[in-house]
Amino acid sequence: MVCTQDDANASITDRGAIPDTQPDVKTMMSFPESGRPALAALLALTLAIPFAAPSFAADPPNPSLAKGPNAKGTDPEVQGEEKAVLTHAPFVPPPLTRKHPTKVTVEIEVKEVVRQLADGVEYLFWTFGGEVPGMFIRVRENDLVEFHLKNHPSSKMPHNIDLHAVTGPGGGAASSFTAPGHESQFSFKAINPGLYIYHCATAPVPMHVANGMYGLILVEPKEGLPPVDREFYVVQGDIYTAGKFGEEGLQPFDQDKAMDERPSYVVFNGAVNSLVGDNALKARVGETVRIFFGNGGPNLTSSFHVIGEIFDRVYQEGGILANQRQVQTTLVPAGGSAMVEFKLEVPGTFILVDHALFRAFNKGALGMLKVEGPENLLVYSGKEVDAVYLGSQADANAGSDNRVASLQAQVKQAIAADPKIAGLTKEVQMEKGKRVYMQTCFACHQPTGLGLTGVFPPLAKSDFLMADKDRAIRGIIKGQSGPMTVNTKTYNGVMPPVALNDDQVANVLTYVRNTWGNAGDPVTVEDVRRARAESAH
Amino acid sequence: MRLIRHPVTAVIAFLLMAAAVALDAGEPAPGKSAPAGMVSVPAGIYRPLFRGPDDLREVPVKALWLEEAPVTNTDFLEFVRQNPQWRRSRVARLFADSGYLRHWAGDLDPGPGATDLQPVVDVSWFAAKAYATWKGRRLLTTAEWELAASIGPDHRAGTNDPGFLRAIQHWYVTPTPAVLPVVKTRRPNLDGVHDLHGLIWEWTADFNSALVSGDARGDTGLDRQLFCGAGSLGATDRSNFPAFMRFGFRSSLKASYTLPNLGFRCALDVPVTPVASVTLTPSPAP
Repeated sequence: MVCTQDDANASITDRGAIPDTQPDVKTMMSFPESGRPALAALLALTLAIPFAAPSFAADPPNPSLAKGPNAKGTDPEVQGEEKAVLTHAPFVPPPLTRKHPTKVTVEIEVKEVVRQLADGVEYLFWTFGGEVPGMFIRVRENDLVEFHLKNHPSSKMPHNIDLHAVTGPGGGAASSFTAPGHESQFSFKAINPGLYIYHCATAPVPMHVANGMYGLILVEPKEGLPPVDREFYVVQGDIYTAGKFGEEGLQPFDQDKAMDERPSYVVFNGAVNSLVGDNALKARVGETVRIFFGNGGPNLTSSFHVIGEIFDRVYQEGGILANQRQVQTTLVPAGGSAMVEFKLEVPGTFILVDHALFRAFNKGALGMLKVEGPENLLVYSGKEVDAVYLGSQADANAGSDNRVASLQAQVKQAIAADPKIAGLTKEVQMEKGKRVYMQTCFACHQPTGLGLTGVFPPLAKSDFLMADKDRAIRGIIKGQSGPMTVNTKTYNGVMPPVALNDDQVANVLTYVRNTWGNAGDPVTVEDVRRARAESAH
Repeated sequence: MRLIRHPVTAVIAFLLMAAAVALDAGEPAPGKSAPAGMVSVPAGIYRPLFRGPDDLREVPVKALWLEEAPVTNTDFLEFVRQNPQWRRSRVARLFADSGYLRHWAGDLDPGPGATDLQPVVDVSWFAAKAYATWKGRRLLTTAEWELAASIGPDHRAGTNDPGFLRAIQHWYVTPTPAVLPVVKTRRPNLDGVHDLHGLIWEWTADFNSALVSGDARGDTGLDRQLFCGAGSLGATDRSNFPAFMRFGFRSSLKASYTLPNLGFRCALDVPVTPVASVTLTPSPAP
């Protein structure tokens, strides 16, 4: 067996830790140096044994007792080596044309990043590769996969990976357990073809998954999958935020909602709108598409459906047998997958949904497939007749709808022109700003705005705050550090930049500048945009 | 957390421990108060999060003196000044990985990336332990750390205070700030200890002992205790996610590791007045 320098260090280090720790425990259980009766000394000695021994006489508690990369020997079947092509959703690496297994190196970096979950809503996602879902991995049956998991130094958490495609305890979890700023390597042979979920399996596991740590790995069968014109990568996940759906700001994870399985969001590819508008999947009439669909969960089962299409073939549960034809909705369990294929006969926008429909229309589980090309009126005619149907109604109401609409438009104009209404917008801003303050700022500046003397400067009646509006904006978006004098007292702390959007900055500043004895003009979104643009230079 | 496999051993241990509690019930020596920068943390009972069927449900923890804040760059600079073998360029790779004090400008120059009152980070367990020894102190045990950290700013039983737990969890699910805050800028807990939560992770003396569980270690003990499905079976409080995260975090470490958000603080045993006689009666505690 050949060990690398690192391996050798690692194992020596671990063993080194053990005897070294022992005196600490004894110290903890020991007694003052003087005046202790002999009995006590005897007790101390006896105590040290049951307490110290079981904990430290055991083998070093190291999950990854590294065997070294060469311990596994060589696989006669494997020819050559290559680096896996990995893609972010909705893209899929190209089909593998190799006719033999090879050694494939997969490198994924785990990063904890703030990303947009919906308009104005941000969330700290834990990711395989910087996005949700994690990067798509495509290997061939019987490939030897050498997996490198890197955990970015800025991570707060250790992470690992459990690939459902791995045959072995934990799916690689123990072997890939990696502290922030470190890297692990393990290998597996992809002996079972199919489409598999991978996910993080570090405690607390459901939370790591709820934060976005899942993706798909395709082990392509030896004979390959039937050729199609386009392939897409879509993964559903349920997300649990403290705020309700759409509530703005950086939203923390909500443990209670997660345990009650009451998600605030159910989304495709990590965000509301990730597959909508400009981000829609695109294809052309006459093409056959395949969607690699996964469900990261952690809790919900998906009823995956494409409105206006019928799946020609479904590989249920991600197996390699296209075992069902003409399927309207296929069930995809949490921690499971499916492959669906269908030919596009007509143009238009086809909507991907979880057909548990409140998820689609109220929680975000909705995507689009835009198909361009010539109409085929025989397959779908479009609207052929648009006529009035009065039923038994008299025509007394004819034209009434138009008159109502016109009057409502006039009401809107009148409202917009009223200065009193304009004044009320400031109050709306303050009310919204208060919410932001109570989520983000109060912990330091206190709910009273008084701060903590000498530590956190006050906002209430604050000369520093009121003197310079732009400086206040910059303080939030860029952070504030170094000596400052507020109401004659000197402060020298660090306020990190606060992740708020322009609306939120405007609202929270309007709030603090008009509360607790402060009085100022409203801070507008334009003010914030300008300050952001200027401070970007 | 500790494994005591045989019932007889467990009983003996229990009796001995009860005796230990009786012994330690001695009054703190009169006139002795915590040294500057340390505060007194009273004795208490620690209930381990992970526990095998034969492990103790409640672990008594003695009163101790605890540094009120994590060790800072200033503190650590003095240590490396006096102990050249712990300078960045001289430290043995065996005792600290290549990230050791990576954010410092030089061996004896923290530089702009490490201000005086920021907690020192990127230090290995070995370095932390050497510092503590040099200082005449020691690292906390996990039991001591967890017990101290369970005390909230408003309620002693912080774990029963949902607001406190939420605030702790909030740190775990917010990004690491670009600039690490300085120590003691947050409200202390009821004992006057700052920054056990919300600033950095901290080394404990026995950070890796949570893995000693079940049977003699193969490679599966950890799976059962910390990974996936069965993972939560051994846990006493499955809803205490912050504690889960701390145990998960500690388990990922090796003693030579250095991390940009991992530091430490030290403790000291409280000297007690000797007690004249010892009775071997079980204490009412667990």
